[in-house]
Amino acid sequence: MSFSKSKEGQVLSKPLIGANPIMVQTLGVCSALAVTVQLKPAIVMSLCLTVVLTMSNVIMACIRNFIPGKIRIITYMLVISTLVALADQILKAYVYDISKTLSVFVGLIITNCIVMGRAEAFAMTNTPKMALLDGLGNGAGYSIVLLAVAFFRELFGSGKLLGTKVVPQALYDMGYVDNGLLMLAPGAFFIIGILIWVSNSLYKGER
Amino acid sequence: MDILNLISIALTSIFISNILLANFLGMCSFLECAKNIKTAMGLGLAVTFVLTITAPLNWIIYNGLLKEDAALWTLFGMTGINLEFIKFLTFISVIATFVQIVEMIIEKFSPALYSALGIFLPLITVNCAILGVSLFFVEEGHDFIQTTVFGFSSGIGWLMAILGLAAINQKMKYSNVPEGLRGLGITFIVTGLMSMAFMCFAGISL
Repeated sequence: MSFSKSKEGQVLSKPLIGANPIMVQTLGVCSALAVTVQLKPAIVMSLCLTVVLTMSNVIMACIRNFIPGKIRIITYMLVISTLVALADQILKAYVYDISKTLSVFVGLIITNCIVMGRAEAFAMTNTPKMALLDGLGNGAGYSIVLLAVAFFRELFGSGKLLGTKVVPQALYDMGYVDNGLLMLAPGAFFIIGILIWVSNSLYKGER
Repeated sequence: MDILNLISIALTSIFISNILLANFLGMCSFLECAKNIKTAMGLGLAVTFVLTITAPLNWIIYNGLLKEDAALWTLFGMTGINLEFIKFLTFISVIATFVQIVEMIIEKFSPALYSALGIFLPLITVNCAILGVSLFFVEEGHDFIQTTVFGFSSGIGWLMAILGLAAINQKMKYSNVPEGLRGLGITFIVTGLMSMAFMCFAGISL
């Protein structure tokens, strides 16, 4: 009993750092870079991906015994793009301005390798319950990276967090300048590179 | 004027807003396959080829069937039909089907080309650059010819970026990278530097 408990705990906690989908498995990098200029769209994107990933994992695990191996890829595509279309409609209805900021990147969850990668690597061979935990765990691992990158980019790039100024005016008067580079594409690449470096150095022993 | 507009679309999507270095599309295969120049070239060519065909194909489907008051439905006198919400499903199916067909055709008629490109074709279905371009033309409202040019030049832009990274990666084998940074970390830093280099095109107004 305690074994199965620890196994479930493993499935949930491993993707956070040790097998992080973005930093270790290189899955789903595109959106991690593109939507992280500000914290708010990053939060919405993380929620979206976690929901889609968990639901697709559970659905695939439920129907895994009825799908012939040869057409499984197209089945993933159908399930995932239906879920993404739903997510897109919901975003458009409730948070229209953020859905405009995210633009094509909600749609690109379909080709986000995390979703399909987890379906192929985990959901096809596990029970729905485990697939649910795996989806939540990987979603959380993705969200951590996304939020960290967005946090640094918004804080140092524009001196704001969630749209409110946090860097005090006194600091600007003393000559502090926002680093505009972080708002642009190269800043995203550098921050994620540095994050990978830090996590590699800190957790070297655990892998 | 029309030609100038097309040239400007081409230059913009190759240099100024490069699909990979400015829009971050197609990162996964970019990071995985940029180990040597030959692989990078094969994948880049396959992406360009698929993009040049699927972008106009999706344009026809989008404007003929999916858009609000699309051509086909208006032809039959039906108005108020808007199927835009299934564009994700349609686009990805078109791409997956097309890639599958191309794979079979190439395998049948040109074994040499198949052995060069064949292994990359399945990877392309899940390359977000392909779906991204199809979603971008909807967003930007390009017409048919503009979409074709946009698809082709985005492919060229992607090819250029992955070739550049592959070349740098080959040279980097001989450099002394700090241990934690090796592999993925340094690849991101290099890509960041490349993207910075491409940013100097940003001042050009066409």
